[in-house]
Amino acid sequence: MITYVARRVLASVPTLWGVATVVFVMARLLPGDPARVIAGVLASPEDVERIRQSMGLDKPLLVQYGYFLSSLLRFNLGTSAHTGQPVIEEIASRLPYTIELAAIALAIAVVVGLLAGIAAAIRRNTMLDLLISSFSVFGVSMPVYWLGLMMIIVFAIDFRLLPAAGAEEPTSIVMPALTLALFSLGLIARMTRSSMLEVLGQDFVRTARAKGAPIRTVVFRHALRNALLPIMTVIGLQFGSLLGGAVVTETVFAWPGVGRLLVDSIFFRDYPVMQGLVLMFGTTFVVINLLVDLLYAYVDPRIHYT
Amino acid sequence: MHMSTPAFTTPDALGAPALAPEIAASVRPTAAWRRLVTHRSAVVGLAVMAIYAVAAIFGPLIFPFNPAQNHLTIVFLGLGEQGHLLGTDNLGRDEILMLVYGSRYTLGLGLMAVALGLVVGVPLGAISGYFGGWVDIVIQRLTDILLAFPPIVLALGLIAGLGVSLGNVVIAVGLSSVPSFIRLVRADSLRLREMPFVEAAVALGVPSWLILARHVIPNALAPVIVQATLSMGFAILLAASLGFFGLGVQYPTPEWGSMLGEARNYIFSDPNLATIPGLAIFAAVLAFNLVGDGLRDALDPRLS
Repeated sequence: MITYVARRVLASVPTLWGVATVVFVMARLLPGDPARVIAGVLASPEDVERIRQSMGLDKPLLVQYGYFLSSLLRFNLGTSAHTGQPVIEEIASRLPYTIELAAIALAIAVVVGLLAGIAAAIRRNTMLDLLISSFSVFGVSMPVYWLGLMMIIVFAIDFRLLPAAGAEEPTSIVMPALTLALFSLGLIARMTRSSMLEVLGQDFVRTARAKGAPIRTVVFRHALRNALLPIMTVIGLQFGSLLGGAVVTETVFAWPGVGRLLVDSIFFRDYPVMQGLVLMFGTTFVVINLLVDLLYAYVDPRIHYT
Repeated sequence: MHMSTPAFTTPDALGAPALAPEIAASVRPTAAWRRLVTHRSAVVGLAVMAIYAVAAIFGPLIFPFNPAQNHLTIVFLGLGEQGHLLGTDNLGRDEILMLVYGSRYTLGLGLMAVALGLVVGVPLGAISGYFGGWVDIVIQRLTDILLAFPPIVLALGLIAGLGVSLGNVVIAVGLSSVPSFIRLVRADSLRLREMPFVEAAVALGVPSWLILARHVIPNALAPVIVQATLSMGFAILLAASLGFFGLGVQYPTPEWGSMLGEARNYIFSDPNLATIPGLAIFAAVLAFNLVGDGLRDALDPRLS
């Protein structure tokens, strides 16, 4: 087990390095002179030159790359061109909002998605199944930004039930969380349905039913346990798509998380913040994938961790 | 509770040998109802796609007006007012006209992005699976790295770097569909390289590129077609979200996403402006997803 964990952790190091390299290359693609952007329009050429030197932009590309990697290892992401604050602090101050949003959305998606998927599998080929299956296709096809706007129109403008934007009120999170949850909910319901159908058709389920076990026991004790592994993978992958969805959802609802910070940083041309955020999104996904893989090996005794 | 019928059924009419029980389930007569529904929804999707295709191809012939022309005396008309069935926008432009001309951008961008994904992803996947070894490792690592970024983050980062233009939107959106094609084709390619007909071709001295082009890729296409259809839906979503942010096609060009982004400013006074283009995007994505699912059932029952 320990060897497996160590190997799996080591295997993600090249990916993380690759993620950092992609971000570095992306930053070099950026139009304009970063030193000039940071110095501002009114800066003298000497000031720009001074900033260029302090940022190491006058050095050869390979040296810059080395600087970049070594400062990453010390969690130094530079300073924001917009506020002058360290990028890491900018991100840290916004991150709790995104984590709160994503966690609530994921909880909604997992609970409702699992129950809906199980219900659809048990009541296969009934109206309920059709309804749930259509709902999950709708969820996957829905433009998040449009769903958000429709929710604002209905719940904030027409019925005046919920705040349209911001994070000031306790109810502010309701609409963003529901909006963000829908896509993952659809996928989880779908995966649960097909995974449950597969297991429900197997012999041991029939045996359990034949010996007189109540339906609830068969579904939750026998079937769900065995159907859970592929569902877990899908749930793990949802972290990534929730982070992506958060970019859109936060912008629509003016939710002050890292997703909105990313969009703002692009409009403000705040490249250090943008670079830091892209890096954070990529790294988070790699780390979550790693954790899901390890959990998978831990839960499924059939996987030989060698 | 619905117990499934015993798995011992007669082989598929097509004569597919030794179907596993779960595959047999999909060709069993009791499942006919469900397949009918699946196909019915695929037919609905196809119908929507056909309407959109007609709008995009023949729209300018049916509505020979300039969508860039402003009519500032008739701004924010409601549904059906003054003969404008879906009303007009903040510049007094007819919403239907905008939708029709916008379909060219929205659908065209999706189509080109998926085409880019196919052109890059399919050969890389085939090479990766067929040759194996370090080539495989390099391509798979690159795929992992690409998959690490949520598509919208990757697209926003690329647009910020490359600048806003139609071509860059295609690149930004297309790149995110590459990994799925690589993975799919690689899996089939791994399987196909062990097949007798490929081994025979190798023994006959057929060059590797020809084996890939003639034997490997054509036999790996079925799941690719399904994935391309589903990717199309996702590409439309992603391209429209860039437009929505104001980082894709720029308003007042009538792309559906940018229409939606602009409508956001008038959401309190004229919510219809936000409802209509969003519905158009939703219907398009839904159509591609329904057809994709139908194709999956039709082409490969094992995947459903």
